[in-house]
Amino acid sequence: MSDIGFVRADLVPAKPAPNRTTGAVAWAQKNLFATPLDTVLTLLGILFLVWVVPPLFNFFIGHAVGPYGTVEECRALDAGACWAYIYNEMEFFIYGFYDIPEQWRPNIVFALGALLLVPLLIPKVPFKRANAILFLVVYPIVSYFLLAGGVFGLTEIPTEKWGGLLVTLIISVVGITLSFPLGIILALGRQSNLPVIKTLCIAFIELIRAVPLITILFMASIMLPLFMPQGTTVDKFLRALVGVTLFTSAYMAEVVRGGLQAIPRGQYEAGASLGLGYWQRMYFIILPQALKHVIPGIVNNFISLFKDTSLVYIVGMKDLLEAVKTKNDSALEWQSANTATTGYLFAAMVFWVFCFSMSRYSMFMERRLNTGYKR
Amino acid sequence: MTTLDTGPTTAPRPSFFNDPVVRGIVYQVLVAVLLVAFIVWIVGNTATNLAAQNKSTGFDFLWKTAGFDISFSLIPWTRASIYWEAFLVGITNTLLVAFVGIIAATILGFTIGIARLSSNFIVSSLATIYVETIRNIPLLLQLFFWYFAVLKAMPAVRDSIQLPLESFINQRGIFVPKPIPDPQFGFVWIGIALAIIGVIVLRTWAKRRLEATGKRFPVFLTSLAVLIAIPTIVWFASGASVEFEPPVLERFNFKGGLQLPPEFVALLFGLTIYTASFIAETVRGGIQAVSRGQTEAAMSLGLKEGDRLRLVIVPQAMRVIVPPLTSQYLNLTKNSSLGAAIGYPELVNVFSGTALNQTGRAIECIALTMLVYLTFSLLTSAIMNWYNARVSLVER
Repeated sequence: MSDIGFVRADLVPAKPAPNRTTGAVAWAQKNLFATPLDTVLTLLGILFLVWVVPPLFNFFIGHAVGPYGTVEECRALDAGACWAYIYNEMEFFIYGFYDIPEQWRPNIVFALGALLLVPLLIPKVPFKRANAILFLVVYPIVSYFLLAGGVFGLTEIPTEKWGGLLVTLIISVVGITLSFPLGIILALGRQSNLPVIKTLCIAFIELIRAVPLITILFMASIMLPLFMPQGTTVDKFLRALVGVTLFTSAYMAEVVRGGLQAIPRGQYEAGASLGLGYWQRMYFIILPQALKHVIPGIVNNFISLFKDTSLVYIVGMKDLLEAVKTKNDSALEWQSANTATTGYLFAAMVFWVFCFSMSRYSMFMERRLNTGYKR
Repeated sequence: MTTLDTGPTTAPRPSFFNDPVVRGIVYQVLVAVLLVAFIVWIVGNTATNLAAQNKSTGFDFLWKTAGFDISFSLIPWTRASIYWEAFLVGITNTLLVAFVGIIAATILGFTIGIARLSSNFIVSSLATIYVETIRNIPLLLQLFFWYFAVLKAMPAVRDSIQLPLESFINQRGIFVPKPIPDPQFGFVWIGIALAIIGVIVLRTWAKRRLEATGKRFPVFLTSLAVLIAIPTIVWFASGASVEFEPPVLERFNFKGGLQLPPEFVALLFGLTIYTASFIAETVRGGIQAVSRGQTEAAMSLGLKEGDRLRLVIVPQAMRVIVPPLTSQYLNLTKNSSLGAAIGYPELVNVFSGTALNQTGRAIECIALTMLVYLTFSLLTSAIMNWYNARVSLVER
């Protein structure tokens, strides 16, 4: 029965533990020291960090003068960034020359904007349509009257006094809101089969995209007053808005066109066979699909617009960057070796926070919208 | 008996007002009329406004003496030069900074784009930090930073910081030795041209031979050798020499050498660093767009590492990279107009700025400026269309 030839009596000796594939050491081996070249690069990278990080840390934090510091401290030989300067001039950087007792008005506009924008950006929150109408139609009107005043017993504050972050935000928000419908119309016009309309749209889009924003703003600031009937004065702020909106609408049109081209022909035909007219077809069938595709592109456009608002200094508006530059050049009481650098770094940080969060949001939307199309 | 009419039917004609053809014509005529009316209105307004301001129009000012200084110019410029020459100075200065910037940004951008894909954690993180920081800060702000916070904060001329190779940096810019080739040097240029022609011939021949016989020829190494050897031989044979004239500190300023004004350096730095971050993203996207299967297919064909990259990966990646890369080049050229904000005398600064203010011919100056950028743009897209047609996939 039991003719099993061999039964092992003792245990197999334990094998040595396998090389670790998880944990810090394995990670370092894989990501830092995989090949000799990698090792050299890693060492060079570490050297670079050692060379760069401590001075930067000292400048930003270590030797920096805090918000409550004095200008004397900023003038010390080894002083770093002069945050006291930023802290003291903050009001100017945010509101420009906006009357100080009236600054609650921009504050309400900021708060209202955040209140309406945040639910609009979170996909799960309901009432998107009402929210969008509130944000895109009601909010600008309310904000305008609140900021400009002259009605309901509010003191009138001319746009020349607006400045700083306020102007940057207004121009970018208004620019994107106006250029979006304009861009859609241009994109539809470019796809149209009516030759006159098509040619006009192509000419407009290509001309605007070919020239730098700075020349468009020059045009808006110098030529717009010439184009208007004699005696009309065009507000500087309006000039900047017109320039920025025309510029962005051309880019927006190209983004939307990308979306339109991604819609299969069958969708157009299906719409037509349902007996829908052109506008109904566009509104109910084509645009909802096309725009969904290009949300990331629209956000990217918004990022460039936000950065480009720094050019409105051409028409004489004091946006955030221009406000910082003005103070850097004129605030003699804060003159020190690092004042200008600190000012620019502050502006850079503000721009960076806005743009970076927008780009992250765009990536988030891209991932969310991609799910249905991934192969 | 009534029978169904099965004969050919014509589509029912819509009523006149619903006919798409008629509607299309009506809309187009309407748009055209509105546009013409708008243009007439604007032209009328402009004429009235100009007449009220006693301003004349026309391009005759181009042949008048300009009478202003331009701080930096490649072609000879004096106060007696005419506006037409100012226009040319603006274009050459724009092209100069765009050309140097494009080369530098390409090198930096490709390096960082490839670094972002590196498996080395430190290298890829550094590249990511670079891209995400630079991309999200306005170019104008970066220019201000380089110009006002870095270059203008350099020490005065007397306390210049000495760089290697007898170069100096101070408030007034960077001073480098100026190469002065002697007349014999012309032969070296001819040698270089010959070498380039030789390389092209060699490449064509090698490709033909490869296709005919399957035998490979080490084209790259041979080309390199030819490119170095011929000019060197010519150099020594002709006895040409290049002298370097170093900048020398005199009482108030440097004399001799080549001065790179701080405006130029700041603009170049800003444009290069900013555009490189976008190029890096383009390059990364292009390389990632080539699917892993392509690498595996190349491996299974038995291609070695270098051939795999050269023959399979890079050509496919380039097809994705080149169109956005060109538009980045165009962006860089357009962005060079921001040099106006820091006083670099490029086209917008010279022509839409100084010349416009002096002559008051706003429309003419801005139109000419826009025309130049429009030409750049049309040229680029023409080249792009040609390239796209050449490399586009031939699909069944």
